[in-house]
Order: sequence, then C-alpha cells, then structure tokens
Amino acid sequence: MNKTKAQSEAISWRRLKALCLKETLQIIRDPSSNLIAFVLPLIMLFIFGYGINLDSGATKIGLLVEDQSEEAHRFAASFYGSKYFSVLPAQNRKQLNDEIMDGTIRGFVVIQQNFSDDLKRPGNSAPVQVVTDGAEPQLAAFVQGYTLGAWQDWLSQRNLAQGIRTPGQIGVQERFWFNPSADSRNFLVPGSITLIMTVVGALLTSLVVAREWERGTMEALLASPMTRTEFLLSKIIPYYVLGIVSLMICVTVAVFVLGVPFRGSIFALFLVSTLFLLTTLGAGLLISTLMKNQFNAAQAALNLAFLPSMMFSGFIYEISSMPSPIRAVTYLFPARYFVTCMQTLFQAGDLWPILLRNSMFLLVSGIALIGLTARFTRKRLD
Amino acid sequence: MFKRIRALIIKELQTLFGDPQSRFLLFLPVILDTALFPFAVTLDVQNNTLAVLNRDAGPASIELVQRFSRAEAFTHYINLESEQAMKNTIDNQDALLVVYIPIDFSRKVASGQEADIQAIVDGRRSNSGQIALGYVQSIVQSYDNERLVEAGQMAPSQIILRHWFNPNLDYKFFVLPSLVALITTISVLIVTSLSIAREREQGTFDQLLVSPLTPGMIMVGKTVPAVLVAMIQGTLILLAAVFLYRVPFEGSLALLYLSIFFYAIAVSGIGLLISSICETQQQAFLGVFTFMMPAVMLSGFAAPIDNMPGWLQVVTEANPLRHLIVLVKSIFLKGSSTGFVLDHIWPLVLIALITNLAANWMFRRKIA
Repeated sequence: MNKTKAQSEAISWRRLKALCLKETLQIIRDPSSNLIAFVLPLIMLFIFGYGINLDSGATKIGLLVEDQSEEAHRFAASFYGSKYFSVLPAQNRKQLNDEIMDGTIRGFVVIQQNFSDDLKRPGNSAPVQVVTDGAEPQLAAFVQGYTLGAWQDWLSQRNLAQGIRTPGQIGVQERFWFNPSADSRNFLVPGSITLIMTVVGALLTSLVVAREWERGTMEALLASPMTRTEFLLSKIIPYYVLGIVSLMICVTVAVFVLGVPFRGSIFALFLVSTLFLLTTLGAGLLISTLMKNQFNAAQAALNLAFLPSMMFSGFIYEISSMPSPIRAVTYLFPARYFVTCMQTLFQAGDLWPILLRNSMFLLVSGIALIGLTARFTRKRLD
Repeated sequence: MFKRIRALIIKELQTLFGDPQSRFLLFLPVILDTALFPFAVTLDVQNNTLAVLNRDAGPASIELVQRFSRAEAFTHYINLESEQAMKNTIDNQDALLVVYIPIDFSRKVASGQEADIQAIVDGRRSNSGQIALGYVQSIVQSYDNERLVEAGQMAPSQIILRHWFNPNLDYKFFVLPSLVALITTISVLIVTSLSIAREREQGTFDQLLVSPLTPGMIMVGKTVPAVLVAMIQGTLILLAAVFLYRVPFEGSLALLYLSIFFYAIAVSGIGLLISSICETQQQAFLGVFTFMMPAVMLSGFAAPIDNMPGWLQVVTEANPLRHLIVLVKSIFLKGSSTGFVLDHIWPLVLIALITNLAANWMFRRKIA
C-alpha cells in the first residue's frame, strides 16, 4: 500500500508522455488554438508594422490669414512648407470652429488683421493665435511643437533678410542611440511580440483546467494514477512548445518582413522567452485553477493578463512617466520585464546587466505562479 | 411572444448575476481599471530622469545646467563624470536622455558665436525620448530668448497658444471616455458569445431550440442582458470620470446613452456571430479575442487614426470601437451637436444590422 503511494508521487515518463500527447492532439485538432497561435500574431505584427504609428505624420491644421500684407503671406508660407502639417485654408473663424469640433482639423492658426502693422511698431509683439484640439492630446502636442518651429524658422529668416544681427543661438543636436531614425515601429514591434506571447501563454491555458472540471473529464483524470506534477507538466510542456514556435514566427516576420533590426543573440532571446513563457503559462494555469468555469476564467484572463500587459508593460505607455503607486503596480505584471528585454535585444543587443536583472524578476514570478498553481490544484472531488 | 422573451431574459440575468464569482468578475475589473488606467495611460513625459555630462566649467554651461535641474518634466537629475558613465546610463535605462555640453560651450556663447549641445536619447523609447527632447529644447530656447532681451532685442511677434477642450493636455481627459468603449466591448462580447457557447457545450442550447422560442427570440434574450451590462458599466465609468477625476462633461447625456445603446447592439451582434460559428467556449473566447485585439489597436485609443496610412483609415470605418470612442470623446469633451452624433451613429446601426442578420442566418442554417 505504502509502496504504491510512493510510486504515484514520482513522475512516470510514460504517463507524462501520454498526457502530453493528449494535450497536443487537443491543441492541434482545435482550429481556434491555431488561429490564436499563428494567425492572430501575424495580423498583430502587420498592424504594428504598418498601421500603428506614434511618430508625427502630417497633422491637419486650419489656417486663417486675415492680414493681406506680404509679411503675413510669407509667414503663412512657412506652414504650407512644413512637412509636419497638411494645411486647410479657412475663410472665417466659424469654419475653423466647426472643423475643430468635428475633428476635420486638429488645430488652427490665425494671423490677425493688423499683423504686419504690429510687427513694424517697435516695442510691440504681433500676436499669432494658435488653438489645438485637446481631445487628442498627442496630436495637440505635435501642433504646439511644430507651429513653434515654423514660427521660429520664419523669424530667423526675417532677421536674416532685414540684416538684424542677433547673438549666437544655442543649438541642440539630437542623437538617438540604437534607433537613429527614431522610428516608433522599431520599439512597437518588439513590444507587440510581448502582447502576442501573453495571449498565447495566458489566454490559451486559462481555459484548460477549468475546461476539464466543467466537462467532467477531470474526474476521469483523477481516477487515473496521474500525479499532480504530471498533470501540471502535461499542461505546461505542449503550450510552451506552441509559444516558442509562435515566437519564432513573430521574430522571423519582424526581422525579415518588417525589417526591424535584431542585434541580440538567439541564445539570449531563447532564455528570456522561456522565462517569460513560464510566467504567463503559470498565470494562465493559476487563473484556470481558481475559476469555477471557462466563462469566468475567460473574463479573468482578459482583465488580469491582456489589459495589464497592454497598459502596464511600458510597450506603448512609458512606465517612468507614471505616478509612483502605479509604477509599483507595474512590477506585479511580468510583461514589463519582457518588454524591456525584447526592446533591448532587438535594438541594443545583449546588454547583460539589464537582461539579467529582468530575467531574475521573471524567474521569481514564474516560480511563484507555478508554485501557487500547484498549491491550488485539487486532487479530490468536493 | 413578449412573455417568452421576458422569461428568457430573466433566466439570462440570473445566470449572469446569480453566481457571486461571475458578479464579481463583471464589476471588479471596471473599478480597478477605472482606478488605475487613467494614471498609466499617458504619452506625456513626467517625473523623468535627466542626466548631464558637463565638460565645460564656464558660466553659460552652469546657468544652463541649473535651468535643466529646475525643469518640471525632470524630477530626477544625474550629474555624470565620464563618457563611460554616459554609456552605462543610457544602456541601463537609468535616464531617458543625456545632455552633453562640450568643453568650448561657454567660450562660444560669451563671444556671441553659435554653440551646440548634444542630446543623446534612448532610441528604445524614442517616442518618450522625443517628447523629453522637446522639453530640453524649450529650456534652451527660453535661455536664448532671455539673452536676446538682455541684448535689447525683443522678438517682434509672439505665439498665443490655447488647448481647447482640455486646457492642460491632461491624458485623463482622453483615457476615461475611451475606457467606456474598451471595458464595455470586453463585457458585451463575453456575455453574448460565451453564454451561447456554454449552452452548446452543456447541451442546454438544444433545449432552447426545441422550446417555442425562435432563433431571433433567443438572440434578443442574449442581447438585452449584454446591453444592460454595457449601460451599467458605462454609467460607473462616467460617474468616476465626472466626480472623481473631474473631467468636465459638456454634452448631452441622452446622446451619450443613445450612442452606447447602439454600440452595445452592434458589438453583441459580433459576439452572436462569433458564437454562431463556434462549437465550444474555447473557440468562442479565442474568436472574441481575434476580433478584439485588432479592434482595440485600430480604434484610435492606442495611436491616433490620423497617423495611420490612408487605406487603413478606411478599414477602421468598419470598426465599431472607433466610432464609439469618437462619439464618447466628442460628446463628453466637446459637447457635440445632434447632427454630428447622428453622423457617427449610423455606421454603428449599419454594423448592428449586418452582424445581427448574419448571426440570425447562421443560427437558422445550423438548426436546419
């Protein structure tokens, strides 16, 4: 009696193989897991490669020139000439008002009637009115920055033409390390791979244990000699393989199709991805174990795994700009460590100090999540 | 007929709200998300760290460094000693940006020549880096301007800037209205598509089909609770936005609820369509996700639609999420007119019609 009990706690490789095979067949035969592991990643990569763009394009602004002088037109030309604006000339203020209300333009500039007279009067500053659409804060910031730029260009050209000598200005030369063209795609694509890995790791697994309970197949498994470790391993191994395959596809497409540079080593990529997959698989399995049914597990997975990995991972929204209590919250979600690793691996290469620091966090959270799952896995029907 | 539909709706509401775990999952995320996301979602740069490597000891460089360390955008300041320290600071992401002041800077400034400083930005975070760079440039500019005034040369013109609808460009004004759309989407999709898949998996769907209920009536029975959930969740977020976050509400409540109503029907149509194709809850859930993820990314929430390529902007017209975000934001912040709102509601009505008719057709085909 004692002997059989001792035997059942050890891992039987034959049983584990059989359980893994069962799980693998379930994955392969269900078209929806293929959809999530292979089709959705490609859709997402193309959206991030070609669609999502945090760089400033040509923002639409309205321009009203009330002053007919040559000076006013020269100033207006500096807006038409800017590659950052697509200028829609307006006839009156009401038109500008209407257009900013329905979002046709994201800001407008008014050059007032006595602009050129004010310019000539000494000790007087000719006002230029600039209004932005604050409902789109990012575009509003672009309008603010680039109107200022256009205004300064015009001023310095005017000074030059009139022979006004000004003391030397201070120039700021910008250098973007790792990403010289400051292309947002180069950090969004590696970040989006994190999102995809979260989906593959946590969403697929969030249902698997709840499903066994809901369908009653858990009872059949419990009646078998299977141990808790074997059960968990059979849920982790096939999904880990699926995740790694999906990752390889993502990285290949990112590098060879989207042309995002990859400067790290395959070994480092493999290491951090393995650690990250363990944490997401752990999170998915924990949700699945704690929730009564698939319906609740699905909701929990969306709210605990997907949304935080979008909001708190630093993949779009910079973590260092968040208030400190929220920054503390971000440490709870493993996605942030993986985002940092991926962005570093893709753009900067194997910078071990930063990779190791983040890997440590991943390792700790992975062990904690899988440990908790094991703790809550029941081997009894009650 | 109405009695039957009513009975079905009551049954649906009981399964949805009867179980404490499921009740908890419908409302806790709304509260948590509303409490956390408005603080997390910002493309502005605040509380950041600026590092400076000053090779110059002259008065101009000291003045400039002092201005940097007083700047509001950078709450932390690191003084670097060497090029190696500069590299480590960027590599380890200790600072978003390093300013390098060359050795002859103050001498050039004093002699009235043009002088350059360098700003080295972490390209892994080039977007935030560019914004931080903007702050550095404006600090340098205001220093320049003060030197101009000292030299007796005032700029002949000035810019008077106003941000309408959101005077301080506070991202909370942008996030909270968008959150209404984001959270209701998740709930409506899950409530409609997973509840049918669950009935299928448990075999109770066949019982519904042999009852006198028609597929159309079953669909109504699944849609009404979803719309209710969307309305309740939407109301919670709106209350938080107005009373806790103090975002001014400029528009009409009636128009806002009208938008949410049609949106919920459009999205529940998508949920029903997904569940009409799927056999199991897993398929339904993953189907929901395959729709939702691109829909969120192409909604104008993650990145402005204005910046997408033209063909993709056309594609987003079919995304109900995009229309709701525009509607809620415009009604909330701009107090949009009825005409504008109706212009954006009709695509929702069209999407609702197409998806619900398609779902109905799929259900009928499966029964036959």
